[in-house]
Amino acid sequence: MISLLSRLVRQLPVLSPSPSLSLSLSLLLSLSAASAAAAESIKFGHFASLTGKEAAFGLASSKGIRLAVEELNAAGGILGRKVEYLVEDIQSKQGESATAVKKLLSRDKVVAILGGNPSTNSLEAAPLCQNAKIPMMAISSTNPKVTEVGDYIFRICFIDPFQGAVLAKFAHENLQSRRLALLTSVTPYGIGLSNVLRQRFTALGGQIVLEQKYAEGDKDFKAQLTALRALKPDVIAATGYYTEAALICLQARALGFDIPIIGGDGWEAPQLAELGGKAVEGTFYSTHYAATNSAPEVQSFVKNYRARWDHETPEGVAALAYDAMKLYADAMTRAGSTDGVKVRAALAATKDFPGITGRTTMDAQRNSSKPAIILTVKNGRTEFVTAVAP
Amino acid sequence: MSEFLQQLLNGLSLGAIYALIALGYTMVYGVLRFINFAHSDVFMVGAFIGYYLGKLVPENTVWGGLVVLLAAMIGCAVLGMVIERLAYRPLRGAATLNVLITAIGVSLLLEYSGQVFFGATPRTFPAVFPSSNYSFGSLVISSNQILVIVVAALLMVALQLIVYRTKIGTAMRAVSLNPKAAQLVGVNNDVVISFTFGLGSALAGAGGILYALNYPSIDPLMGVMPGLKAFVAAVLGGIGNIPGAALGGLLLGTVETFVNGSQWSTYKDAIAFAILIIILLFRPAGLLGKFTVEKV
Repeated sequence: MISLLSRLVRQLPVLSPSPSLSLSLSLLLSLSAASAAAAESIKFGHFASLTGKEAAFGLASSKGIRLAVEELNAAGGILGRKVEYLVEDIQSKQGESATAVKKLLSRDKVVAILGGNPSTNSLEAAPLCQNAKIPMMAISSTNPKVTEVGDYIFRICFIDPFQGAVLAKFAHENLQSRRLALLTSVTPYGIGLSNVLRQRFTALGGQIVLEQKYAEGDKDFKAQLTALRALKPDVIAATGYYTEAALICLQARALGFDIPIIGGDGWEAPQLAELGGKAVEGTFYSTHYAATNSAPEVQSFVKNYRARWDHETPEGVAALAYDAMKLYADAMTRAGSTDGVKVRAALAATKDFPGITGRTTMDAQRNSSKPAIILTVKNGRTEFVTAVAP
Repeated sequence: MSEFLQQLLNGLSLGAIYALIALGYTMVYGVLRFINFAHSDVFMVGAFIGYYLGKLVPENTVWGGLVVLLAAMIGCAVLGMVIERLAYRPLRGAATLNVLITAIGVSLLLEYSGQVFFGATPRTFPAVFPSSNYSFGSLVISSNQILVIVVAALLMVALQLIVYRTKIGTAMRAVSLNPKAAQLVGVNNDVVISFTFGLGSALAGAGGILYALNYPSIDPLMGVMPGLKAFVAAVLGGIGNIPGAALGGLLLGTVETFVNGSQWSTYKDAIAFAILIIILLFRPAGLLGKFTVEKV
């Protein structure tokens, strides 16, 4: 509307009999345009799977971000402007992340992108954000390659080399494992995590008895598990996401295979215990935070989240998403602008930003270094086992 | 050795489900000479009927499980007949290609209506049958695996009896042989075709329940991959041939399991389809199919 009027004004000198009138008119219009810009909200785009088999991650991150946005707006927004949250559903499908981010960048003109969860999704979206010079904050994509795409790509979570080292150490020391079997999900996340696990576990003196692979979306793992069982491992590491992890646990137990099964942060979702039932009891996974942490900021976040979202206890992904949104707000306040270039510089300079998932300091590769938490499933609920600092 | 037996057992229980779905493809092909692509989605609907009904019956009881199984079979039979009546019957006599495209349309309609009505998020299928494990040395058999193999075998025998020992079965074979001649001797083609769809869809419904019992994460797109595999199994065994579909299903399930347990697990689909291509090169009509020259 405003652009239409200003185009009219530009043509006015030709039409109008008096130049002073056109001047005052254009002055008036530019003033109104300026005040409109001040009131205009800051748009944040989020791409996530709200449906499909990875929906637990997307829904949790969306709830975390919404809570942060509501808190920010209640406190007056960012730089005096309201925050607007736009979310695109990528339906747990390959290729949808790029489509969603293209739409957010070109049609909605967002100033920053939040997401994604699985590393595959972030790897799809990152080059687009990099080219558009719009910062992107990956929420739970732990594969190191994600931020290697370019200097506009950040992440709020730890990376797989760290997570893999934590899991290898946990298996070796706490579970007294010497013969580890790997069940690798063929995704950037699964392959990356399995590689680090293999290196670290062998470095600790353990042995990887066998690595078996599966594709996300597979339902039958009995064949792989039977092959693993023949080699008598003492721990299995399944490096995929929660749906497959739960099915793996179910089928392992159905084969009479009772050794501990461990996994990474991809396991964390309410569906793990819902689908796995008794089979996931006594399994372990690493994640980003524990809701039982007694730190006051964690407890107040858990309380607010539960109040806002129907008594649901927030998981790691929700806490990371909340932190990501708050970190953007912090960086924009420090930059004094929502301009991509300035926000990027402010994000890169982040030091000791206090969040729910620990203090965030961006390193030279734009990764956050954070402690990892090991959780176990007991009586259908997760329990804190140990925390490992970087 | 025990690993080999365990893999064989895993393969047979997977193959039995493929075989059940493959039977539906092959029966419809046998009678109507077209591939009912919506069949794999009827399989999905069967699993969802089980999901909703499974909440109403007590868990872990044999009768509860049988009620769910039977209800899913009846529900799917009705759905199959409705699909035939609404989508395929108006096209009777039209070119096969038109019917084929319609079948793809029906398949997409079921998948995406499923996403609207059931939601796209995977659901956890309830444990409707009691489950336990039996071990013989290092060979472990779960009751669900036995159930799959037994139910599949019973249904295949029943199907064979229906097709070769009953009046409607004879009529089905007559329509398959020559629809016009069958009509001339007093066979009501519409009834026979409707029955064929009902029977095939009931088997898909049973397959859906058995599949969901073994892999209890169900979603509206769950039929796509098993449906494709079952279609391959039907072609492998010789499409239109009932024992062929069963053989093809078991073969495919076993091969897939052995590949999955090896180092080439990520190539399991590639290897399964490569086997199909090789068999079709040497036996174009499938393993048990008879090659007939099209008469002009």
